Formats: sequence, C-alpha cells, structure tokens
Amino acid sequence: MEIYVCIKRVADTSEVEIEVDRSGLALEEADFSWDINEWDNFAVEAAVQLKEQHGGTVTAITVGGEDDEEVLRRALAMGCDQALHCYDPAFEKADAWAIATILAAALKGRAIDLLLFGAVSADEGRGQVGGLVAGLLDLPLVSLATALTVDGAKAIVQHEVENGLERVREVDLPAVITVQTGINEPRYVSVRGIRKVAAMDIPVHGVAELGLAAENYASQTNRITLEELFLPPQGVGAQILEGSNEEMMNQLIQLLQENGGL
Amino acid sequence: MYDILGVSGAAVQTLLLLLAASALTYILRRRFGLLRLAAAEPRGGHWGERLRRLLVIGFGQARQPRYLVAGVLHIILFAGFLVLSLRSLSLMVEPYAPGFLSLGEPYATLKDWTGLLVLLSCVVAAWRRVVVKPARYHDRHASQSHTAEALLILGLIAVLMIADALIDGSFWLTGLSPNPPGEINLPAFWIHNTTILIFLCLLPLGKHFHVITALPNVFLSNLNPSGKIKPPSYSESNFDALESVGVSKLEDFTWKQTLDAYSCVDCGRCSDHCPAYATGTPLSPRMLSIKTRDAAYAAYPILGNIVPPQERPALVGETITDAELWSCTTCGACEEACPVMIEYIDRIVDMRRFLVDDGRLPAALQKPLAALEKRGNPYGKMARKRGEWVAEVAPGEVRILAPGESCEALYFTDSCAAFDPRVQQTAVAFANILTQAGVNTATLGAEEVDSGHEARRFGEEGLFMALREKNMEALESRSFQRIVTSDPHALNSLRNDYTIQQPVVHHSQVLAELLQAGKLPLQALADHRRYTFHDPCYLGRHNGEYQNPRSVLEAIPGIQTVEMERSRKRSFCCGGGSLNLFQETECDRRMGEMRVDMAADVGAEVVVTACPFCLVNLEDAVKTTGREGAMEIIDLAELVQRSINGAEQQPLEV
Amino acid sequence: MREIFVIIEDFGDGAWELAAAARSLGEARTTALVCGAAEENQQALAKLFDRVVVFPASADGNWDAEYIAACVLPRLLSEQPYLVLLLHSNNGLDLAPLLAAKSNRPMLADCLSLEVREPGLAAVRTTFGGKVRARIFAKESSAGYLATLRPGAFTTSAPVEGAGILEGATAPADYQPRRRCLQTLTPDAGAVDITQAAILVAVGRGIEEQENLEIVQSLAEALGGELACTRPVVDKKWLEKSRQVGTSGLTVKPKIYLAVGVSGSFQHLGGVKGKPYMIAINQDPAAPIFATADVGIIGDLFELVPLLEEKIRAHKS
Repeated sequence: MEIYVCIKRVADTSEVEIEVDRSGLALEEADFSWDINEWDNFAVEAAVQLKEQHGGTVTAITVGGEDDEEVLRRALAMGCDQALHCYDPAFEKADAWAIATILAAALKGRAIDLLLFGAVSADEGRGQVGGLVAGLLDLPLVSLATALTVDGAKAIVQHEVENGLERVREVDLPAVITVQTGINEPRYVSVRGIRKVAAMDIPVHGVAELGLAAENYASQTNRITLEELFLPPQGVGAQILEGSNEEMMNQLIQLLQENGGL
Repeated sequence: MYDILGVSGAAVQTLLLLLAASALTYILRRRFGLLRLAAAEPRGGHWGERLRRLLVIGFGQARQPRYLVAGVLHIILFAGFLVLSLRSLSLMVEPYAPGFLSLGEPYATLKDWTGLLVLLSCVVAAWRRVVVKPARYHDRHASQSHTAEALLILGLIAVLMIADALIDGSFWLTGLSPNPPGEINLPAFWIHNTTILIFLCLLPLGKHFHVITALPNVFLSNLNPSGKIKPPSYSESNFDALESVGVSKLEDFTWKQTLDAYSCVDCGRCSDHCPAYATGTPLSPRMLSIKTRDAAYAAYPILGNIVPPQERPALVGETITDAELWSCTTCGACEEACPVMIEYIDRIVDMRRFLVDDGRLPAALQKPLAALEKRGNPYGKMARKRGEWVAEVAPGEVRILAPGESCEALYFTDSCAAFDPRVQQTAVAFANILTQAGVNTATLGAEEVDSGHEARRFGEEGLFMALREKNMEALESRSFQRIVTSDPHALNSLRNDYTIQQPVVHHSQVLAELLQAGKLPLQALADHRRYTFHDPCYLGRHNGEYQNPRSVLEAIPGIQTVEMERSRKRSFCCGGGSLNLFQETECDRRMGEMRVDMAADVGAEVVVTACPFCLVNLEDAVKTTGREGAMEIIDLAELVQRSINGAEQQPLEV
Repeated sequence: MREIFVIIEDFGDGAWELAAAARSLGEARTTALVCGAAEENQQALAKLFDRVVVFPASADGNWDAEYIAACVLPRLLSEQPYLVLLLHSNNGLDLAPLLAAKSNRPMLADCLSLEVREPGLAAVRTTFGGKVRARIFAKESSAGYLATLRPGAFTTSAPVEGAGILEGATAPADYQPRRRCLQTLTPDAGAVDITQAAILVAVGRGIEEQENLEIVQSLAEALGGELACTRPVVDKKWLEKSRQVGTSGLTVKPKIYLAVGVSGSFQHLGGVKGKPYMIAINQDPAAPIFATADVGIIGDLFELVPLLEEKIRAHKS
C-alpha cells in the first residue's frame, strides 16, 4: 500500500503571551516553540499503523521553509519510509490554495492508495487543504476520521458528522482522509529516534522540480491575502464583583450575557 | 561399615557423588547459559567494601531482623547451614575414611543443638506458611504460590536434620536411635547422604537458587550511590551508536540483573515496602524478579531446547506490563529492604528505555517530555520566565548570574521551584535566608533548564543528555564555589548524573551549616503543634542525608517533634517528582494520602519536608483526605524563615 | 444583482445563520440548495431565500457531501453565483473544499464576518485556536467565492416574510458514488465530552461533600453547559475521570469557564486552553484562580450557586 501523509509544522502558543508584531501581519515568535501539528501527528501514526498491518510505504510531505524539515524527520522517526520537502523561496506565504496546488503537483502521477491529512491545523485552523487536494486530484474525501481500516481496495472510515454523531463509510481507494485527534495513540518520538534518522536523505522539491514554473509562485497562486492580525479584546486579571449576593449575581448575569454565556 | 546391600559404601558414595555432580553441573550450566549471553556490567574492584558487605549483609544477615520472626528463623537456618555443612562434608568422606566422622566432642554438641534448632525452625516456618500465612507471603499479582516449594525444601531440611540425628544418635534422639553407641544407623546415613545431594540439585530449580546465588549476589552488589542510574550500555559509550536501547528481552539484561532475578527469595520485603504496591498500582517489585526468573527458566529450560526470543511472550509488554514499569517512582524502598541486595531501579529504567525507544510512552507523559525538549521545563512554560521568582526576594539580593560572573552559592532551582507558584515560595524563603546570612547567592535564570532527573529515570536518555549538555554549558561558563538546591532530585542529578567539580549541597545541609555558624537567628514559634519530618527519597535513601534537616528542625525553639514509623531509610514516597505528577497511574489510593495518614497516626500536625514535590503531593493529600486546617505541610526553608521572622503561629495554608 | 448560493445543512439555526450572512452582504438574490427537504422545511426555506432548489435526498437520507457536490456543482458552474456559503461544521468541512476546488473559487474558511469590498471579498476569522483574529481578503475572482461560516457567528435574524420560488431539481444521472454510508453511530448516552463543551462549570475541593455536587450540576444544566472538575474531586471518586480538567486530566477549550470552589492550581489551569471567559466563585480572596479569572466573586458558594441558578433560569424563561 502506498500511503502519503501531508503534515505541517506549527507554532505551539500555549503558555505564551501572544503579541502581533509591528507589521501587523505576523506574531512575535520569540517565545514560540515549534512542532508537528497535533492532528497531523495522529495522521502520521494512522499511516504508519496501516503500513505495519498491510505493508507498503509511507511518505510524509510538507510544504514549508527550511526549518520545517524538522517535522519530516519526526515523521521518519515515527516510521515513515521516506519524506518529501516542498520548499522554494517562492512558496513563502502560500495560502491554502497555493499549498494545495503544490501538494497536488507533488502527488500527481504517483501511485497513491491513501492520502492522509490532519483535519485542521492548530495555527490557521482552516481545515481546507486536504479537501482542496482531494478536489484537485479528483479523489473521494472523508473528513474528520475517528477510525480507519483498510480492506482490500476500500477503506472503512468512521468520521464525525452532525450533532455529535459519527458515520461509518466505505470509500473506494485511492481516497483522501482527514484525521481527527484521538483516532489512535501516537507513538512517542525520542530524542534518539530523531537523531537516528538525521542522516536520511530528504529530497527537496521546488518550483522547477514540481513543474510549477512560476518564480513568484505564491503571489501568483494565492487567492487570499492577509490584511491584518489582531488580538480579540480581553480583560486583565479578575474584576472582583462587589455588593450583596443578590447584586453580585445580577452583575454576573449581565456579564454572562455580554460574553455569550446565556 | 557403610556397605549396603552388599555393595561397598565407598562405591555407593562415589556413584552418588558422580550422579549429583554431573546433574548439578548440567543444571547450573543450563541456568548460567543466559548469563553468558547477557550484557556487560563491571562489578569488580573495591574488594574491601565487597568483602565487608559479604560479611555484614551476607554472612551477618544484617537485613534479616527487620522482620523479626522471619528474620530470626532465617538466621537460624542460615547459621545451621554453615555449621552443618562441615558435618555434611565429613559424612560424605566417611565411606572412604571411616572415623572421619569424629570432629570432636564440642563440635558434636554444637551440631546436635544446631540440628535441633534448625528442625524446630523448619516446623515454625512450615506452620507460618500453612497456618499463619503472613500477608507478605502472597503477592496480589502472583499467579502461583511458592508454598509447595517452600514446604518441600523445609521437608527436605527436616529429613536431613532427623537423619543426621539418627546416624549416631543426637542427645535429643538417643532414645529413638536403635544402634548401640559407637555404631551408626546405616539407613539414616544413606538417607542423609542421598537427600543432601538431591537437595543440592533441586536448589537451582526454584526460588531456593538463592542458597547458591545470594552470597555472590551480595558480594557483587552495586557499590555506586543508589541514586546513580546505570548507563544504557557499559560496552558502548556512544549512545547514538547503540543498535537498540534498553531491555526488551531476557538477553538484554546485564548478567548481574539476571543474577538478581535468580537470587530473589520471594520473601516479599521489597513489595511490602513499595509505595506503588501499597497504593494498589500494577507494580510489585518482587514480581519483576519472580516473573523475570520464571521467564528465564522457561526460555532456558533444564531439559529441552532454548526458546528463541520471538517464540516467547514479550518480556516487556506481556510478562512485565508497561503499566507496571510506569508505576515506579524510583524511590528505592525496595532496594533498601532487600536482604540479598537485589537492584530494581536500574532494571526498571532499562526496560523503560526500551519502551521510550519503541515509542510506547503513556500519552499523559508525551506533552511534558516534549515541553522539556522544547522549553526546558515539563510545564511548557516560557523559558525566559524561569528566573522571574527572584523578583520576590529582597530586591537585588539574588542575581541572575551572567556568563563569566561569579558567586559563592549558585542556586539551581530546577523546574518546579522556578515555575510552580506554591514552590516558588520555598525558593524565595531559602534565598532570603541565604542573603540575610550574607551568602553571595545567584541563580542561572533562563539559562538553566530542567536537570533531566526524571527524564532519565523515565527512560528518555537522549532528552536527559540534551538537557545536561545545556546545563553544563551554562555552569561551565560561570564560576561559583558550590551549587545549592532545594530540590533533592536536582541534588541527586547534579551529584550522580552530572560531572561537576564543585560540591553540590542540599538546602537542608546549608541551613544546618548556617545554624552551626550561628547565622540563623531562630526565634521561638509559639506553637503547640507536633512536627514530623518526612524524608524525601532522593535526599534520604538516595543521598544519605537524614540528620541535617532534623538538626535544623529540632533547633527551632518551642516546637515538639515526633518520628513517623516509616522514617529515614524506610521513608514512604509521597508520589514522586516532576514527570510523576503528570502520570495517570491506576491505583486505589495515592501515595501522598497514605503518607499523611502515617503522619496523623503519630499525632503530627505539621509535616516538614525538604523537597518541592513532597510539598506539592502532601499538600494535595491533606486536601483530599479532608485534613485542611488540621495538618500543615511546609518546607524546611519556609519553616526556618517563619521562625526567623518570629511569627506567632501562622494561619494554616488554605 | 449579486447571486448568493447557500447550501443548507439543517433547517434550524444553520439555515437562519446562512440567510443572515447572505443578507449581511447587501442587495443580493439568494438561492438555497438543499438535498432532500420535507414540504414544511421547503416552505420555511422559501421564507428565508429568494429561491429554493430542492434536490432529491441522498440514498440513505443523510448529509452526503459527495452526493451533494454531484448535485450542486453543475449549478455552480452554470449559474456562476458570486458567492457560495456553507457552515463551517463537520459536514460543511466535508464538502466546502471539494466545491471550492472543483468550481475554482477561493475559499474563506470559518468566517466570523464577511464584507464585500470590490474587487474582492473580505472576512474576519480566528487563528491559533481563537487566540488571534485575522482580517483576510480574497482577491478578485471571476469564478466567484466560497465561504464557510463559524456556526453561531451570524446572529439569526427574524425571517423575512418572503415568498421564494421553489424549484425541484434532479440528481445527475451519471452519479457514481465512491463512498457509501454503512452506519450512523449514536454516541454513548452516558459519556460526556467536556473537551468539546462551550460552557463548563468546574467544581473543586470547595464543594466539600459529594452530596453538594448536585447544586453545581444543576447550575451547569441551567447554563446549558457541562460539569467539569479538578483532580481532587476525581480522586475522591465523586466524579468520573472524563470530567477532570488539568495537566493530568483533559485539556478543554470552552468559551465560558465558571470555576466554583476551585483554588486554581497550576496543574488544574494547565488544562484550560483557548482563553475562555473565566468566572471564579471562591471563598478565599487569595485563591490563585482570581489572578487568572476575568471575573471574581468572593463568597460562599453554597449560597451563591443556587442563587445564580435561579437567576439564570429566570433570565432564560
């Protein structure tokens, strides 16, 4: 089975006081730490588990800058057989559409049985790249998978639908599946595990290798531009309510209403 | 005179000896086959200390009396074994050289008494096995009982004692002995000589292998500090060059680790002291040894072919489950209790190393480990905030030491004191005391990362090495006279996992020094509460510091102290430090809760400790056991600060 | 006049929100596309939209993104509407990117608001799990645009008493499904999922006795939220582990977090992500929770909680 899993390196912003930088288009990154997108980690684990059951190879792909190679190494340490790094200065600031077309170009012509994505990324949170690639490659799509098995030329996928329900579907392969967290228990990647794959060769494909032939690729392909980043309004420290119990509760009702709690 | 059924005694004895010798040689060869394949572990050198241990703990049975009845019984049996081995030897030679039997009158009396005592001990031991059944004998996780084996061995010993007594009529059996004085009871003689050889051959088949291996095991025991973890491999020092890491199958153990399993007596003292066993987790240290030994016996059988690893149940995962291995807090109570010096922590860490390498780390631990790697602390807090607590100390008193600068005492806080707001109070108290006493104190601030103590003990050696490298870089670019720390785990790590020229001391030791030097202006606490000191595992058991914290505590005027039953070497773990706080071990109760119960049992109302994690765990336990307001947990430094401030009894922490 | 197509997922709030979003963009002709709708639902949609195109229901009667795409795509390609709107729901996510790719439209995902700004379409959306907002702009697109809406972001407006045209449509004859529904699973009724709850009422040690949990439980019910707790409460086995928030429990990301008798330990707050609006009720003015909370109430929870519940119920009725 030939499995491809598309992953992304994202900033971990937990415990960080987020600030928008002076350009208004990016965040202050000094305190960020970076790691594989959580959903993608589950996708890699799902891919590796399927390979362990059915044989074949797993290839991890990312579109990103030089440092993003880190998540490919991590995927290799988890058991992916090979990796492909789509990197070109022209890809910088690629939007979801541009990323999807880069991935589609990278995947085109390959024998694919299963193409896995994390359902959403922790940074942009658009949840659309997997579906766009499915559309561009004309493959069936199942989003938000919580269970996944392969049976011959079909995948059996359980996925999240409306009202907290889940639906089980049978999908013809090749197919695109986007993976929800909790689908499995991703294995731990030790520091040594990463070092063991440090010497593995990861091909880098840019505009030319992917046959995209546009030097200012992202600016030509992007359909959506970022105009401004800003922080949602928020309070500082607790506002301590005063007065009798009755009065405090009345104020609280008011505050709950203002903040969407009622 | 030993001829029997018309065959010469010498011939019969020769035949018996040949049979026994070949059987025993064969059995031992099979048993030690595994040891020959085992990983290397240097256990030479320091022969004086080894001899001392052999004499005190081995021959001296020093760890036996902790359990009085069982201990005394064992001492009698062991002493009997020593005394009677001379007699047994002489009986073996007797058919070849009649008259050799006579070892003189005093020895004859001694062996008669010994035989009687051993026989009585067998009866008492069997009675305990069958009737009394101490809880310790049966392990909750054991699938089979060793009672039958124990009774068989006790029976054989009893047969030996009676036969021996019948041979020439011991004083306590004279009436029964039918032979006239000067002659021997021939059936008894041969029963004795046959039984003893059968006995010898039976030993390596079960838990009584310890009769053969225990003394070597004690002699070859670990002389390193108990807080020091063995390296992943003794034969390959380059960690990255190792083919595989840790122990996943029997052959991955070092020879000593296998010898440990062979030497287990199944006495259950380790598990009886183990806080993980006491709280109902899947772990029982005794079963680690028993299950390893049973697996070794099954894979390397006396008869039949060796079972290759892929045809056995997985040692780690099936025979020993992941959950068992993650339940250990590495407190060391088991090793302290073991009468034959079996080592557990290294074995557990080695198996964890395999689990980590195999990616089998509980989900709850993956985040803190990733945070350790990315941000240098398990909480995922921003690295640059690591030194922010110093702002709470008297302004300017504690510096963040820049590269190239120097100080007297470098305070290594480690992650908990740096980031946990409750424990920061301890750091602030200690720093205040230091600066008030005029000690030039500084800390590394954001340049410090977690010591990696728990990362290493959870089997993530690569991460530990990366953290150590960062800390060493920070330490080596600054000069200081010594490192002080309020975290016993950091103390242990910097002492045993790092190579640092300067001394590393614990804050309880610093406080004791300041006290000695008259630099702690302690004032009476108008306090009628009873105080007790809870020994942190990595301060006491692993680093031998029991007295200094007690000296400081007792120097505070106006307070009365009491000791818990399990104190000092036998202290009961609070639940473990750092990564242990993120664990979700299945258990009936939490260790901290049992510990505060123990404190309450001796009427203590204030538990003083000297470890950030003990503080956190025990404070939690005070809340969950509904003792809020009735029991206070306080760090030694905080208590000293309170005494210096001369505070009246302060309101309890809520 | 602009043509706006909306793809109907449900006939309740979702349809109203789509209508509200379409109306927020000024003068437009709105078309609702729906696969399978009962007569009364068709009538209800006709009051919200100028035109309602009703396709036959999918084979199993459920939302089936692949089938819906097959139905609506020819319409999108032939009628070339200015904008296609869907909800950014689980089902919407299964369909929207496919439609975007196949109709060659830029997709603005998970929008909180939309604004026509010629020659393009602007939107505000959240990133980093709600910590940051982004104003984005879709460039001029001859193929038109596609946007998914954050459920609940567009306030439902009162129905226009319009009379939209109902139009029956057929499914494409050559539709070849590549995925088939085998089964729909209903979640275990007993299981709670606090990680997905928008409103959480968390209870800590301050509750003192297991019996007292009742008042907090009923406050959570009044608020329409789930009951969560701190570790000590689970340790005492008063509540199941699936309700525990913290570093050793679950990580939650609600919008409202009401902490009752929770001191606010480091370990507990480590599990609360996404900067919810946090309200703390605690007797101890020094409780660390007050440093993190947005609103603090110092007082006796046994008095305050029932009073608050009463007021919420009064407010809601």
